[in-house]
Amino acid sequence: MKILRFFLIVIIFYTSNALKADELDKRNNITKNLRCLVCQGQSIYDSDSEFANSLKILVDRKIDEGLTDAEIYEYFKNKYGEWILYDPKLNKNTYILWFMPLLIFLLGGAIIFKKLKKKHN
Amino acid sequence: MKNKILPFSVIIIFGIIFFIFYKGLEDSKIYSPDVNIKKEIPVFNSKEFFSGENVKSSSIFELDKFYLLNIWSSWCVPCRQEHPFLMNLNLDNEINIIGMNYKDNLKNAENFLKELGNPYKEIFIDLDGTIAIEWGAYGVPESFLIYDNEIIKKYIGPLNQELVNEINLLIK
Repeated sequence: MKILRFFLIVIIFYTSNALKADELDKRNNITKNLRCLVCQGQSIYDSDSEFANSLKILVDRKIDEGLTDAEIYEYFKNKYGEWILYDPKLNKNTYILWFMPLLIFLLGGAIIFKKLKKKHN
Repeated sequence: MKNKILPFSVIIIFGIIFFIFYKGLEDSKIYSPDVNIKKEIPVFNSKEFFSGENVKSSSIFELDKFYLLNIWSSWCVPCRQEHPFLMNLNLDNEINIIGMNYKDNLKNAENFLKELGNPYKEIFIDLDGTIAIEWGAYGVPESFLIYDNEIIKKYIGPLNQELVNEINLLIK
């Protein structure tokens, strides 16, 4: 019985460690995707400013509350606007950014296709 | 006909790229936060500055009254500059100035108020800066004009005479 209890404690200890590591990954991932608004060209993860440090604490708290990544991004977007997110969402201001590469790719493809067809003929 | 497609598409692509870059030139590179926001004030719990008792946001802000929430700190130099304006604003008594003590040493903060006066009706503490984030603040000093539990306007940076006049106009 004692051995069983010992193993149980060991198992709980290790699994909780793994959980904590997951949380850390999640936290790093989120803070890397948030822009430090008072710094120049740094993410929250990179920055050590007062603003960034407070934000990190809040991200931790939100993770502890069990919020998903999307919910956490949404939360900060509500507070500070779209600019805080590094990954721009598709909207009327960013659609050129999203569709331009696709457009160029298709056009280039069409040109190559035409050329190859010409060669065949 | 086939020979024309290539130069034509190249011109179009360069045209689009030129258009995007040209538009980009017009955009301001400096990020300017939205200051005229109608947003509900956040709900938070904190500690009262002098007594250390727990306070709730709902007990601080009442409906149908103007409030100016001022984020300040004793280590913040611009806060020292704006302090006389807060003292003046307080004389009118039409507005309740609420202080948020941001990441401060309480002893230093008390000395700051002793030295320069206390314009605040109530002060609560934000030790780790998370309440400021809840408010959508960037740092110190920053002020929020509040009416009916809604943020009417946000003032980032220290207040000056011009802004105080604007506040006086808004609350009339």
